[in-house]
Amino acid sequence: MKQDDHPKPRRNVELALLLLALAVAIGAKVLVGITLEEEIDSRYWVAGGSLAALSLAFHLVLRLRAKYADPFILPIAVTLNGLGIAMIHRLDLTPAYAGVAPRQVLWTAVSMVAAMVLLWVLRDHRRLRAITYISLVVSVILLFLPMLPGIGREEFGARIWVQIGPLNFQPSEMAKITLAIFFAGFLANNRDLILLAGKKIGPMTFPRLQDLAPLFLAWLVALGVLIVQNDLGNALMFFGLFVAVIYVATSRFSWIAIGGVLVAAGAALAYGFVPHFRQRVEIWLNAFDQDIYDREIGGSHQLVQGMFGLANGGLTGTGLGSGSPHIVALANSDMIVAAFGEELGFIGLAAMLLLYLLLFSRYMRAGIGTRDSFGKLLATGFAVILVLQVFVVVGGITRVIPMSGLVSPFLAAGGSALLANWIIVALVLLISHAARRPIVVGPMVNTSGAGASGTEDPLRSRETGEQSPVDSTATTPAVTGGEHR
Amino acid sequence: MSELAITVLQFGLLLLLWILILSIIAAQGRDMMVSRRSRTRAPQNPVPPPSGDTSDGAPATVHHSGQTPRPRPRRLVVSEGPLVGTEVELGSAPVMLGRAQECTVVLDDDYASGKHARLFPQGSRWFLEDLGSTNGTWLGEEQLTRATTVEPGDRIRIGKTVLELRT
Repeated sequence: MKQDDHPKPRRNVELALLLLALAVAIGAKVLVGITLEEEIDSRYWVAGGSLAALSLAFHLVLRLRAKYADPFILPIAVTLNGLGIAMIHRLDLTPAYAGVAPRQVLWTAVSMVAAMVLLWVLRDHRRLRAITYISLVVSVILLFLPMLPGIGREEFGARIWVQIGPLNFQPSEMAKITLAIFFAGFLANNRDLILLAGKKIGPMTFPRLQDLAPLFLAWLVALGVLIVQNDLGNALMFFGLFVAVIYVATSRFSWIAIGGVLVAAGAALAYGFVPHFRQRVEIWLNAFDQDIYDREIGGSHQLVQGMFGLANGGLTGTGLGSGSPHIVALANSDMIVAAFGEELGFIGLAAMLLLYLLLFSRYMRAGIGTRDSFGKLLATGFAVILVLQVFVVVGGITRVIPMSGLVSPFLAAGGSALLANWIIVALVLLISHAARRPIVVGPMVNTSGAGASGTEDPLRSRETGEQSPVDSTATTPAVTGGEHR
Repeated sequence: MSELAITVLQFGLLLLLWILILSIIAAQGRDMMVSRRSRTRAPQNPVPPPSGDTSDGAPATVHHSGQTPRPRPRRLVVSEGPLVGTEVELGSAPVMLGRAQECTVVLDDDYASGKHARLFPQGSRWFLEDLGSTNGTWLGEEQLTRATTVEPGDRIRIGKTVLELRT
């Protein structure tokens, strides 16, 4: 693999992997139909065909717009999304659920089209840096939207939903993206300040008090989300996102230490004052207590049945369509990992966790590869969002940490989460395109001054027409290598 | 369909899933190894590899017809400052250094100007030129007043960042 030496577009690799991914995704759904002795009718072909068409369209958009983007992200996302649709469809065939799968297919289509449009229109992730503070305002609005009377709605004890007419969505999913943009932009601007000043105590350098202010602010917002909305998962994720991004920005371990202390303090406070959280901890610690198991509301029935499901799956699983994952409440959203564990077994679930790990590593790779600090931090932020979600969900289901209401990315039923995750995919693809793209500069026209070559601003070059780093269609004589067709 | 056939198909799905994962890992190859190029004190390879060697995103090398009696330095390494360890592959294109995001090498340095300095090739040498920066550009111990040749190993100081050319 000489790919180090010459950046290659690698779109053909992506196409091959994409076909394999589609085989897994559509195969899983057809297998459900075969096992449950369903007729393989138009429902299967429409859903499978639209997934295939959308994936190939996405691939085509990448070929046209972001030739050097990472070739592995799209196939992994399609695999996970397709498996999710298959499992949701499988649960639709049980008495507990009905009609969720077509909605999920529809949302997949909406999300993928939105991601494609974003890829096509945005072109360069660095343009997002201009909306650093706007996205902070948008995040706050999104986070507190469910508190508004009239449109906010409470479900399963967490007030995180907004309902406008028939449309029902979770604004906090979008807030993940805008918050990641804000953190990346803010830290890219203020990194040096935070980095240079500080007091050294022992082996660790502690930041100044005024530099700690944003961290405190993030902590307070997270705590506010937790207390006001009863949303443990998102609180943990927003705070974890901030600590991780600031650690990557400054490479100082003290941030992790301070963050850990604040998390512990927050957990203690929440345990004391938020009954919802105390209940979750109780369920987590004493899941197998008969009292708690039998409780009508806030009992451990869901958690325990999920674990029984995982145990029933064993090493190879019962096979898609042969288990009984519908016993678990919310089996097609919060507990979908347990459903997969039961029907695909350890082998299948391990494969899916590995897919998440690969996706995470691709996000990080995009961050490592790109040259601007904003892009680095943004990609890292998205990677952290992904990995925290998976950790909180799988950790909750396997009783490593208390359960909380996050959903596993791409798998779980839910439109807003799907949309957010596909938009993240589009942004990371843009970052990875910027990372792997060869810099193409025109010939040396003048040797000094602001207009001299050596800059690679796609926006400016279009105006002067002098050099064309992005549009390879423009005629630049003696363009060096790479994008020259 | 018979029980056996379904079982076989189920295992086939698991197998397909793992084939997908293994082919992703195989296709990645050494892509995850970023260390080779970002290492600061990488062993100097005595024989430079043939031309056309570019890292991710660096300009490709094009030889101007027969005018390179000796090879031009092809790497720019940050040896001090916030970005220490960063390495940029040089081609035949001029390189802009500064804090502005559109520069080829974006310096995360509070003491650098937006467009601080420019490094451009001429024949087999690189020339460094200050672009009217606030804090000046230093080559070795001297502040730049005009475009000056840079030899491999010369310390280019911009703000708190020190860069060096390497072959």
